[in-house]
Amino acid sequence: MSTTSLSNIRKELKKEQRSLLFKRFLSNKLLLTGSFIMLFVVGVALIGPFFLNYTPYQMVVENRLSPPSAEHLLGTDNFGRDLFSRVVYGAQISLGVGLAVAVITSVVGLVIGLLASYYKTLDHILMRICDGLMAIPGILFAIALMAALGPQTQNVIIALSIVFTPHIARVVRSKALSIREETYVEAMRAQGASPLRIIFLHIAPNTISPLVVQATFIFADSIITEAALSFLGAGVPTPDPSWGNILYDGKLVIFNAWWMTVFPGIMIILAVIGLNFVGDGLRDMIDPHTKPRSKKKRVNLFRFNSQKARG
Amino acid sequence: MIQVRNMKKYYQAKKGLNKLKSGNTYVKAVDGVSFDLRKGETYALVGESGCGKSTTGRTLLRLHDATEGEAIYNGKDLFKLSNKEMNKVRKDMQMVFQDPYSSLNPRKRIGNILEEPLNIHNIGNKSERTDIVMEVMSKVGLQVDHYYRYPHEFSGGQRQRIGLARALVVDPKVIICDEPVSALDVSIQSQVINLLQSLQRDLGLTYLFISHDISVVRHISDRIGVMYLGNLVEEGYTDDVIENPKHPYTKALLSSVPLPDPNVQRERVILQGDIPSPLNPPSGCVFHTRCPFAMDVCKTTVPQSLNLAGNHTVRCHLHDEGITTEEKKVVNA
Amino acid sequence: MTTELLNVEQLRTHFFTEKGTVTAVDDVSFTIHEGEIVGLVGESGCGKSVTSQSIMRLYDEYMVEYEGKIEFNGDNLLNYPIKKMQKIRGDAISMIFQDPLSSLNPVFTIGKQIAEPLMLHHKKSKKEAYERAVELLALTGIPSPEKRVHEYPHQLSGGMRQRAMIAVTLACEPRLLIADEPTTALDVTIQAQILNLMRDLNNKLQMGIIFITHDLGVVAELCDRVMVMYLGQIVEEADVKTLFEKPLHPYTRGLIKSIPQMTGERKSELSVIKGNVPSLTNKPKGCRFSTRCEFADEKCLEEMPPLKTHSDTKKVRCWHYEEIIAREEGGHVHASST
Ligand SMILES: Nc1ncnc2c1ncn2[C@@H]1O[C@H](COP(=O)(O)OP(=O)(O)OP(=O)(O)O)[C@@H](O)[C@H]1O
Ligand SMILES: Nc1ncnc2c1ncn2[C@@H]1O[C@H](COP(=O)(O)OP(=O)(O)OP(=O)(O)O)[C@@H](O)[C@H]1O
Ligand code: SF4
Ligand code: SF4
Ligand SMILES: [Mg+2]
Ligand SMILES: [Mg+2]
Repeated sequence: MSTTSLSNIRKELKKEQRSLLFKRFLSNKLLLTGSFIMLFVVGVALIGPFFLNYTPYQMVVENRLSPPSAEHLLGTDNFGRDLFSRVVYGAQISLGVGLAVAVITSVVGLVIGLLASYYKTLDHILMRICDGLMAIPGILFAIALMAALGPQTQNVIIALSIVFTPHIARVVRSKALSIREETYVEAMRAQGASPLRIIFLHIAPNTISPLVVQATFIFADSIITEAALSFLGAGVPTPDPSWGNILYDGKLVIFNAWWMTVFPGIMIILAVIGLNFVGDGLRDMIDPHTKPRSKKKRVNLFRFNSQKARG
Repeated sequence: MIQVRNMKKYYQAKKGLNKLKSGNTYVKAVDGVSFDLRKGETYALVGESGCGKSTTGRTLLRLHDATEGEAIYNGKDLFKLSNKEMNKVRKDMQMVFQDPYSSLNPRKRIGNILEEPLNIHNIGNKSERTDIVMEVMSKVGLQVDHYYRYPHEFSGGQRQRIGLARALVVDPKVIICDEPVSALDVSIQSQVINLLQSLQRDLGLTYLFISHDISVVRHISDRIGVMYLGNLVEEGYTDDVIENPKHPYTKALLSSVPLPDPNVQRERVILQGDIPSPLNPPSGCVFHTRCPFAMDVCKTTVPQSLNLAGNHTVRCHLHDEGITTEEKKVVNA
Repeated sequence: MTTELLNVEQLRTHFFTEKGTVTAVDDVSFTIHEGEIVGLVGESGCGKSVTSQSIMRLYDEYMVEYEGKIEFNGDNLLNYPIKKMQKIRGDAISMIFQDPLSSLNPVFTIGKQIAEPLMLHHKKSKKEAYERAVELLALTGIPSPEKRVHEYPHQLSGGMRQRAMIAVTLACEPRLLIADEPTTALDVTIQAQILNLMRDLNNKLQMGIIFITHDLGVVAELCDRVMVMYLGQIVEEADVKTLFEKPLHPYTRGLIKSIPQMTGERKSELSVIKGNVPSLTNKPKGCRFSTRCEFADEKCLEEMPPLKTHSDTKKVRCWHYEEIIAREEGGHVHASST
């Protein structure tokens, strides 16, 4: 076997792998739909600004609460600001907050979960802290944190990250605990791999799919929670637009300006549904176990049936 | 090559409600096992489930710490080495596991799985590692294009080849095979057995072969150690042990093996009762609760390892000449 | 011959899975007589369990479709309504599973699990049923059965649990017992006990037993007749002695030759059947064994051989078995000589 032919084979196999991955992506309806929705939402946030005639802060008082028209595609708000431009910039802020929270919680939660799963003492300490954090209702805790930290966008991110990290840590830890018992981890120990190598190179990749799923939910959750915080006046401070505080403003005039609640509402729903689709779809795609192992099921089936048979 | 002396491994029993009742209770998984592993041979450990075969293998590799005893390799006691020194030894001593499904990381490509031992032991650079791996893959009968595949794309037999390749990449001297063929189908089993044998011939490997399948063990091993409840009850050359078993347990074990030949009529020794729990092993000879020849001494005195002709050792009072024939009067029959 | 108990004709079991329809059992026909033990052997995934569970119709009806006939006592079980089927399960036909822990219900005592079907199917009083339970436990060789009836499955060892499971299945004196790898999870010394027990019970109670296993040794020890399965089909059927002495099908021959023996030469190279079992979704077009068979030719690749009756007791599914045998005339392969 010469090295050149080997490297050729290697290249070709890589190509084949890529096309396989692409095929799997195309055959995954959930992921495809979710991706399109997210593409749209993200597109609104990123490309939207180029089509705007107004800044989100530009007030034209005489045009207050005007309904959707050619001039203002989505109408104007109670200060006469263009709603379309507020929704577009709101998308940037809401998605930005969600993404930041998802990334921060994933990284921190992954490390905490992995370490907790491997070291017993650390586990006790970290998990008790997580339990404590999870015992308090998320939104209350976030409000309290915002009150302490002050109303600023970064603080929203910090507060939400603290609220959601335990969820990720839990998910990662429980997966890692079962992975730890697998024979291939023992095989690595038999090779003399250091604990950190085992944790981050061999256990961590196996926790990724539940983590990604959880992270997309948290992405979605933080958009909602941020909206809720803003809705309660404890989120992204005005005059910066976020979907949440547009809704907050819209609440007061809901009976004479439906567009102020409907359009940001639709965006929130789209983003959340899109993210959930992407999460579920990704889980299906990343997971290489395509065949479920049916053995267990069959035994249970019998038990169920025999119970029925016995009355 | 490796001398194991009086190796013991006790697990602390799970503390349940019993914690209140007694102090520490132990699962005596391996209770004083001694044997030698000679260069180039296949030494088989046989015995029923839970008798401590796997624990013996794992303890040798220090996957958990031995409770007592020593294992001399290259003049050094493995159990006393520092972690650093032990990691060096691990390059020489590899392990193949029973379950071909859980012993490969499902998230890693075959190539990465096989390169990992080389990374751990810092052997070669990136492309040299790939070359070594490709070479070993062809040795165990895998194709080059398997390099980028994931484990779930392989059948049990192929996975076991991958497991074997993982052990072989660091060029070991000893391989501990923990039931490498038990999970495989008959027609695949013979493929893997043949592979193990030809690798041994070509590379001069030493195997510690753990199995409960006596016909496989008979086929592949040079010497056999029979384990029962954490004890090595009989040891000798394969032919001697199989043709002429001395210990009552070995006799029963051999006669229980179903033979694929309906014409053979055998005298069977069917044992009564179940294997006692290693939490609370019987006093004296651990086998006395099921032994058809149990005597009074057996209940009280632990039989010592007796050397018979031809390097055949057995732990049973029946073969102890210090015990008179009267005392050997059968009690349990 | 004694009375016919079960007659399966051209059974096909199709599963509806997300990847399309999978035919796990494909044209399986056999007959079981009263008082005989018939072995069903084959490698993992060849459809042994599906065959047995199809007889009991244990799969959820919406995910499976059966074709063919399963005649029990002259009635086709496939035509029974589910209610009637449930009456048969655990009564006239019962089943033992591989894993003794998961097939006993952990929250009921052993006694209750034996007594329940008796009270249900045979309308016995509680007292009678429990007395019978003790008898059955004694029959299966469990020591101090009076005490054991009141114990839970987790309090018994593996071998005892399997005995208890056997007692449960025997409760209603089934005419047909299907044992799906009842000893695979057990140690050899315990397996020897259970095999002995099965033989005794069969002698005493004269029911028909289908014994599923992948261990040819167990078949040789226990069974009267054997059926060898490969990829959803029966490829050979014979009485035990002739099967081991003169296997006809190339697969059976390969299988028998590939097991390490307890006598004869050691350390030799074992003969192997090359390759792997193809998956059900990727079955060869003609003979199912053609991808691994050394005698395969054009015809084998194109056309599926039928299960042909070779003699009274032997059936084989191969186009060329006669030529293959003839070629080796004189020095036929003997099971234990390899
Ligand atoms: N990590 C552990 N903690 C506590 N007890 C253990 C542990 N591992 C094994 N044991 C106990 O030690 C005894 C010996 O186990 P071991 O795995 O060595 O048996 P074995 O001979 O390999 O059996 P098998 O054939 O089933 O693999 C068993 O009773 C088992 O329950
Ligand atoms: N409920 C099901 N749905 C789809 N396919 C199934 C189902 N049950 C079994 N199969 C498939 O049918 C085939 C035969 O399975 P079966 O359980 O009968 O094998 P077996 O011969 O009993 O093997 P083993 O020795 O491993 O028990 C397998 O390929 C399996 O994947
Ligand atoms: S020492 Fe006694 S009990 Fe133990 S095996 Fe020998 S005869 Fe049996
Ligand atoms: S029919 Fe052909 S391929 Fe099939 S077993 Fe016979 S000879 Fe082999
Ligand atoms: Mg083991
Ligand atoms: Mg099965």
